[in-house]
Amino acid sequence: MSADVELQNVSVTFGSFYAAKNVSVKIKQGEFFSFLGPSGCGKTTLLRAISGFLDPSEGKVMIGGQNMAGIGPNKRPTSLIFQNLALFPLMSVADNIAFSLEVKGVSKTKRRDRADELLELIALSGQGDKKVHELSGGQRQRVAIARALAIEPEVLLLDEPLSALDLKLRQKMRTELRAIQKRVGITFIYITHDQGEALTMSDRVAVMNEGELEQVGLCDDVYDFPQTPFVATFVGENNPFYGKVLSVDKDMVKVESQGNAFLAKAGKIDEQNKHNFKNGDEVIMFIRPESIFIDNQNNKLDNNFVAKLNTIEFEGNLKNIYLNINSNMNVRFSVPNAIDTSELSTNKDVQLTFSSEKAVVLPKGSLAVD
Amino acid sequence: MNYFFNKNGPLISTYFIIAIVFWLIFLIIIPQLYMLDLSFRPNLPPLLRGGSDDVHTLVHYKHFIFGSESSDDTYNYVDIGVFFNTIFTAVLVTIINLCFCYPIAFYMAKMANPNTSRLLIVSLIIPFWINELLRSFALRILFAGEGVINNILVGSGLIDSGINFIAMDIALYTGLTYAYILLMIFPLYNALESLDTNQLEAAKDLGSSTFRTHWRIVIPHAKAGIASGCTMVFMLTAGALATPVVLSSPNTYWFTQLIYQWFNMNDNWSRGSAYSILLLSVSVVFVLLMMRVFKVKIGEIIR
Repeated sequence: MSADVELQNVSVTFGSFYAAKNVSVKIKQGEFFSFLGPSGCGKTTLLRAISGFLDPSEGKVMIGGQNMAGIGPNKRPTSLIFQNLALFPLMSVADNIAFSLEVKGVSKTKRRDRADELLELIALSGQGDKKVHELSGGQRQRVAIARALAIEPEVLLLDEPLSALDLKLRQKMRTELRAIQKRVGITFIYITHDQGEALTMSDRVAVMNEGELEQVGLCDDVYDFPQTPFVATFVGENNPFYGKVLSVDKDMVKVESQGNAFLAKAGKIDEQNKHNFKNGDEVIMFIRPESIFIDNQNNKLDNNFVAKLNTIEFEGNLKNIYLNINSNMNVRFSVPNAIDTSELSTNKDVQLTFSSEKAVVLPKGSLAVD
Repeated sequence: MNYFFNKNGPLISTYFIIAIVFWLIFLIIIPQLYMLDLSFRPNLPPLLRGGSDDVHTLVHYKHFIFGSESSDDTYNYVDIGVFFNTIFTAVLVTIINLCFCYPIAFYMAKMANPNTSRLLIVSLIIPFWINELLRSFALRILFAGEGVINNILVGSGLIDSGINFIAMDIALYTGLTYAYILLMIFPLYNALESLDTNQLEAAKDLGSSTFRTHWRIVIPHAKAGIASGCTMVFMLTAGALATPVVLSSPNTYWFTQLIYQWFNMNDNWSRGSAYSILLLSVSVVFVLLMMRVFKVKIGEIIR
């Protein structure tokens, strides 16, 4: 069983502070959906409103088409995985997993059978009699998932459960979580500030900032077609070019920035494929570091500019190259480590090029602070 | 030892060691051993002490069980009765105290916001700035035949004539429960505060009722605190003197009152020592029992 979740104009206030502001989103049944945003953006608040630990000040939470107002967390078809997992340290692994069944009054042998079944699902067969502290971080993670699945929830809510793990384990658990979700087929709602996590696991993501939804969409759409400057800079890296609109031709916008004229796609397109850029509008053009190339005469694209090399930073698989266009405008791009950059030297001009297809123009707005 | 010296410096380390050794040896071990020895010796006038009559004997323990030789009874029903009544009442008071303090401690530790919690702690502590004896007398005023409570009850027409709270020992139980309430609340509060609130929410999310959450999650977590609070309240209640003297009914004796009588009024220190040793033994047994029941180690109780 799996249910859809719909938030209708949900606001949560603490005094005069809006932790969540007029959030409306429809999460489909069986979907892996992530709320992505910086800490304090209200994503945990939304999760608590869905799980029933707090009531929205305004709006409705609908699960499986049913209004959840007045229904407590122990009566909702949801199950929550806490950031610190909140496993019960004094119980064995099997007792942890079967706690929800114990609550329902299921007999001891049946509980044990179900716990063994779930232990198999999470690849921890035969570890049921261990205490929680005897397990490794990744194993605990899986036990928390099994415990949450034991009540057969229709919606599984996950509150940054991977944040305490180290990088390698986190990457492994992403794959594993996704696989478990596919196997059990229920709706997963995942909260994270890590865009890598959100993009690798989710079907769709909602990017949040200051209690409001900035953009909801498929992962690649959110990455390739950000709708706001915040999304453009929070999800992945981006180079902002502040400037003015010179001319508009259908979906392509010509922008003047730092003495250069660039051609870029118009972002912020509505459902009818319309935008409302006009000549003279203050805008930001975004171009991602991986879309900028060194111009070696053979690969010239439709946008070109010159910048002085500042530093080259080695990051394993990539090299990050930092340049200055002028004293108040920096730009950064990345090249694979295999590319030879020995010809570049500090404070020398570098010819750069990028495609107008990869650049996005958005109305001026606040960026994600990093 | 070297580590201890290096960490704290020679001056502080020496002070600590001297202070602890002095405290243990002179204030605890020597007096208790002296009392233990005294309890096995006959009660002799000072001149005969150390003489040929001053031999080890079980006479005082025999007296506790069989009574004086001039008595007709087979056993010392009075003293044994007082002893077990004291133990039983102390256990009862401990249980009442636990039932009473657990919700308060839980509320302070997990439900109240920090300011309310601080206010509650202060308002619990302030009454204890008043001397125990004075608090007992204050309760006596409340519970007396013509006392505040009776006046209110009779005045409001709820009852026709005053209730004799003192004769029913209600005043005594109330006084004893109240006297050591802080020693129950604070260990409980400490234990409960360290419980991760997410555990409560996780249990609730998994469908658990409030009762089951407490039974399966909160109480197991707080058991060291519960054991610690119960031990302290039991020992102090069983060993209380001022409160029973002021609040008990004329027919109720507290075992400490008997000890007091042997020491001070009958000038029989040996018998007083024997009775003290009996009370001490029961207290030790109670601690061991609590450790067994709650499956905690002595270190956890002290924590």
